[in-house]
Amino acid sequence: MEWETVIGLEIHVQLATNTKIFSGASTAFGAEPNTQACAVDLALPGTLPVFNDGAQKMAIMFGLAINAEIGKRAVFERKNYFYPDLPKGYQTTQLEAPIVGEGYVDIETEDGERRVRIHHAHLEEDAGKSLHEDFHGQSGIDLNRAGTPLVEIVSEPDMRTSKEAAAYARKIHAIVTNLGICDGNMAEGSMRCDCNVSIRPKGSDTLGTRTELKNINSFRFIERAIDTEVERQIDLIEDGGTVVQETRLYDPDKNETRSMRSKEDANDYRYFPCPDLLPVVVDDAYVEAIRLTLPELPDARKERFISELALSEYDAGVLSAYRNQADYFESVVECCGDAKLAANWVMGELAKNLNAADLSIDNSPVSAEQLGGLLVRIKDNTISGNIAKKVFEIQWNEGGTADEVIEAKGLKQVTDTGAIETMIDEVIANATAQVEQYKAAEPEKRGKMLGFFMGQVMKASGGKANPGAVTGILKSKLDALCD
Amino acid sequence: MFEKTLSELAQDLRNGTVSSVELTQAFIDRINRCDSEYNSFITTTPELALQQAKAADESLAAGTAGPFTGLPIAHKDLFCTEGVKTSCGSKMLDNFESPYDATVVAKFKSAGAVMLGKTNMDEFAMGSTNESSFYGACKNPWDISRVPGGSSGGSAAAVAARLTPAATGSDTGGSIRQPAAFCGITGIKPTYGRVSRYGMVAYASSLDQGGPMARSAEDCALMLNVMAGQDSMDSTSSAQPTEDYTASLNNSLQGLKIGVPKEFMSADLDSAMAAQIETAIKQLESLGATIKEVSLPNTRMSIPAYYIIAPAEASSNLSRFDGVRYGYRCENPQDLEDLYKRTRGEGFGSEVKRRIMVGTYALCAGYYDAYYNKAQQIRRLIQQDFMRIFEEVDVIVGPTTPSPAFTIGEKVNDPVAMYMEDIFTLSLNLAGLPGMSVPCGQVNGLPVGLQLIGNYFDEARLLNVAHQYQQNTEWHTLSPVTA
Amino acid sequence: MSIDRSDVERIAHLARLELNEQDIPAYTENLSSILNLIDEMQQIDTDGVEPLAHPLDAVQRLRADEVTELNQRDKLQAVAPAVEEGLFLVPKVIE
Repeated sequence: MEWETVIGLEIHVQLATNTKIFSGASTAFGAEPNTQACAVDLALPGTLPVFNDGAQKMAIMFGLAINAEIGKRAVFERKNYFYPDLPKGYQTTQLEAPIVGEGYVDIETEDGERRVRIHHAHLEEDAGKSLHEDFHGQSGIDLNRAGTPLVEIVSEPDMRTSKEAAAYARKIHAIVTNLGICDGNMAEGSMRCDCNVSIRPKGSDTLGTRTELKNINSFRFIERAIDTEVERQIDLIEDGGTVVQETRLYDPDKNETRSMRSKEDANDYRYFPCPDLLPVVVDDAYVEAIRLTLPELPDARKERFISELALSEYDAGVLSAYRNQADYFESVVECCGDAKLAANWVMGELAKNLNAADLSIDNSPVSAEQLGGLLVRIKDNTISGNIAKKVFEIQWNEGGTADEVIEAKGLKQVTDTGAIETMIDEVIANATAQVEQYKAAEPEKRGKMLGFFMGQVMKASGGKANPGAVTGILKSKLDALCD
Repeated sequence: MFEKTLSELAQDLRNGTVSSVELTQAFIDRINRCDSEYNSFITTTPELALQQAKAADESLAAGTAGPFTGLPIAHKDLFCTEGVKTSCGSKMLDNFESPYDATVVAKFKSAGAVMLGKTNMDEFAMGSTNESSFYGACKNPWDISRVPGGSSGGSAAAVAARLTPAATGSDTGGSIRQPAAFCGITGIKPTYGRVSRYGMVAYASSLDQGGPMARSAEDCALMLNVMAGQDSMDSTSSAQPTEDYTASLNNSLQGLKIGVPKEFMSADLDSAMAAQIETAIKQLESLGATIKEVSLPNTRMSIPAYYIIAPAEASSNLSRFDGVRYGYRCENPQDLEDLYKRTRGEGFGSEVKRRIMVGTYALCAGYYDAYYNKAQQIRRLIQQDFMRIFEEVDVIVGPTTPSPAFTIGEKVNDPVAMYMEDIFTLSLNLAGLPGMSVPCGQVNGLPVGLQLIGNYFDEARLLNVAHQYQQNTEWHTLSPVTA
Repeated sequence: MSIDRSDVERIAHLARLELNEQDIPAYTENLSSILNLIDEMQQIDTDGVEPLAHPLDAVQRLRADEVTELNQRDKLQAVAPAVEEGLFLVPKVIE
């Protein structure tokens, strides 16, 4: 039988607020255990939550970015269960009235663009962490993360392949990082993904029993976990078994999913509206004020790169995906006035060096202005593209503007035609055999043979001769010999 | 000295006829001498009190004193007090020294008040007799075989027994008004949100409200001036401006429209008490008020509605007591579940367990609509009943309780009979309205309380009516003890 | 509505309350009579009545996103039953 996979994602995004969703404790990553867990976060008797304006703004920014309706009256509810990383014994979340309603994003797939509907996104608080190093057979609880604001983004089951699921997750990642509402650091848990996976016979329109793959923290693992789980479900059903609705954990080392020891046999979360918090009411003016602060989002930016800067679809897609990279690219364009050249350098030389050094573009040793200045010198023929790579390397390692490097290292291109002619004459005089071959060749094949002479001239100039000028003069002198 | 009200003592302090240290020492001595009979204090803090009294005397001498400087009070043991045990009347918090002050406590501190100690109460404020306290029943100073009422029974008994001139209390379903009535003192439950709940250990968040318990309406006004106001730490505290609650105490009652709900003067009410209430109402009439019969048809329904909503919220609010971060922890827990179950099973008393179970049951999937949601709908109906009446009258008057203080042990095994005793007080909490209890007579040597109910934020008017009544009657001056 | 022993056991489990074996009959009886009292609500017609979750018709106030709480770990953990290296200790958590 042919099977179809149905995938829905629940993505938890940690908001980049300064403080917790309901307390004034810091959310900075990596602090000593429990040093960022205040009385409210520890759920001391008598403490009460107060809602963080920053968390609300960021959630609304996300809602606007996915074309969703913003909940005019959002209500926090309590989800009750006992767990040591959950100090109050309930998680404050939104169930019936979330802050972000239905929306959508478009993703690129092998079969073209595809729309993934988002059911809703709600605000909630993160839990703390249980550390399992051996404390005499006990676990240690760190509540620094408890109360960190999360937006949980719940998609419709609109994805059909693991690749689509990963593309959707990448899209959400690009949106939240572009908005600046999440640092996007998946390794630190800033974005975590639960995948709901089921299969059904191709052509069927009823949903199969789904399993939930918990807490996947990389795009690659999303694909692998889903593929593994789909395989497991197919094998199971084809062997006459049935899929059990359950939560499963993906083990990247073994590349397998396994059932989580069920947290509670009969979970009943006893949701009810949190009586310590009042309904969150936002008016149109508040939402519109936030809309005005929204940065340009990847899709819009990509369109603009294509229409205004005449970039290819591919280049525009790559360069628009991340806000910092797109901002960098646009600064380079502004400096040098040549989008295509800027695109090649940002995606080429710069990306290569950043990757090799494992640096983000924010930490690039060569600033956008420095790179722009370098490209200006290519365009005005001060240096050749090859020399530019050398200059870039020096800028990367030692710093400085392109002009400073060119000056200091004497890399300025020779454009004086008199000097170039002298060099060419010398090369021609010393290469009689090649000149004879050139003369003997049929005129349409001579172009190819020009390379040898070019190489000799460039070598003689130490790479500094303007390649355009050399080609022109060389060709006319050689052709003159043939007549 | 022990027969003096806060207002009189404040005058004495200002005149220098007594110092705060002398006053404080006198009350400390009296507590030491007499409280073994009443068990009204869980903790006394003589060193701290004398230290605060000394500082108060300095500020009195320096002329920087405010109206409350140097006055001794006690706090109900659910207000968190930094460095002082805050037990909530429970084994669960027997070892809990709060690391922070409740907003109410901090406000009294900065007003220069002296804290004598923490008063006994029903465990987690769940009860109307004080018998559920881990520290043993508190006794009614009018008859020590009887209950002082609850849950603020310790505060009421301590004030009545002249062990403190005043005390704080909290009222979720009558916990200020009912013990005030049973002990012959004056207490006011302000409008929900008038007094900050931050640091007041939660029983039922949407019903809880702290308030003053004292010997006269004037003293309650003096205390409310300190306690009232919006708190940035409590989202549910109201932005409604506060006022000087002593300013309107002497207003005339001429033209005041009083409503008397026929449901309050019904068969539920002890007939001897009914006569006292009617006399009190006539007294108010003679002071210029007009009397009108009104109807609160859903009064009876306040009992089931309350006994769903309060336990539901409590079941969630009390989940934080899990033996992980503070409070009682069972010996040698075998695993997490054992830690939770034994800590909570051993740490909570039976009434608390009962209410947690009722609330848990009510919130379960499948029962939510029939119980919790239904109760919230009835709550709306009750609120609408009041709003209708307040279109016609200024104040509602009736009994605080159906009968005077009952004997210790009388209803301890019959929770339903106990709950029925709350019939006249619960509806105000459900609606969030302010209410007072004022002594208005005696039946068989036991005090009778007159309940005054006001519209939202109409505390000043309630205090005015009560003060005018007290200017013309002696009931509030009667003492169960010879000092 | 009356409930039986297994209901009480289920609720006690959800609420993580250990009950003494000999107390369960009394709890069962108490809870049943409380639920009977509560069931009086069903007499009232509440069709179309908006539930009142909160007495005042107020809306949530917002807090500025500024750090106001600094590290007080030592003070806050002074009341904790078991702490090591700044962590709260609990019996092993099995994921």
